Amino acid sequence: MEKENQTTEEKVFSLPRLGEPAPQFEAVTTQGILKLEDFKGSWLIMFSHPADFTPVCTTEFIAFAQIHPQLRELNCELLGLSIDSVYSHIAWARTVEEKFGQKLTFPIIADLNKEVASKYGMVMPGESKTETSRCVFIIDDKQIIRAMIYYPLTTGRNTEEILRTIKALQTTDKNGVATPANWQPGDNVIVPPPNTQEMAEERVKDKNYECTDWFFCKKELK
Amino acid sequence: MACVNPDGTLSSSAKELLKILNNPMTAEEISQKLNRPMFKVRSSLREMLEAKMISSAEDKYVITEEGNKKIQN
Repeated sequence: MEKENQTTEEKVFSLPRLGEPAPQFEAVTTQGILKLEDFKGSWLIMFSHPADFTPVCTTEFIAFAQIHPQLRELNCELLGLSIDSVYSHIAWARTVEEKFGQKLTFPIIADLNKEVASKYGMVMPGESKTETSRCVFIIDDKQIIRAMIYYPLTTGRNTEEILRTIKALQTTDKNGVATPANWQPGDNVIVPPPNTQEMAEERVKDKNYECTDWFFCKKELK
Repeated sequence: MACVNPDGTLSSSAKELLKILNNPMTAEEISQKLNRPMFKVRSSLREMLEAKMISSAEDKYVITEEGNKKIQN
């Protein structure tokens, strides 16, 4: 019994957490052997898909490839992953280009031994024990996990939302502000609430802010 | 391997990289010169260092005799 528990314990990987360093890895990809540290200095969207040559994944890969130029302008790279061989990835990428006219310009990890998938908690046994779910990890230029999105096998992701999240995070870093629900670049941003009564009183009188109440102030980014 | 094919020949992107390393360059300089993302440059440099086609000193990389032989083949 004790031995059984020990075996179970060995297989448990904790999920990555926001604000903590992204788990390091070295992996075989369609663009050679890559380490996470190779991406230092740029933002990274690492995402998993259930399997090559499946319809929802094909639509997602086309959508990711379409936002790749915009991501590059934001100093952000893309890195796909599934539990398929590199030969399967190469064949699928060629098919996507041939049948759908979309070149896949980013590397895809061939995680046959599930090493990277396990480190990032990408396999959801309740859904499938042999495929990775639709996970997205937004990793910043210092290799800290800044956002995570998990979608089920049946539901394709919204790449516009991923793009919006990157822009929101970069706006937060650059300006020390937060972004409200459904924020889009150009919209007013949220100023962190004041910490003292004195600051609260000053905040509501400050003409640079649009305040509904002392704790709820927005400002325009110039 | 991204740079070296299974038959030992070099990929065209690897040849292109080796050819500019007659003068020592940093990874950032290589990235700018070839308009390649840093992750690709770092990965290629690691592979070429292991294959002794380049050497490095003070963050700069330069082609070796072995590397020169490879691009002439």
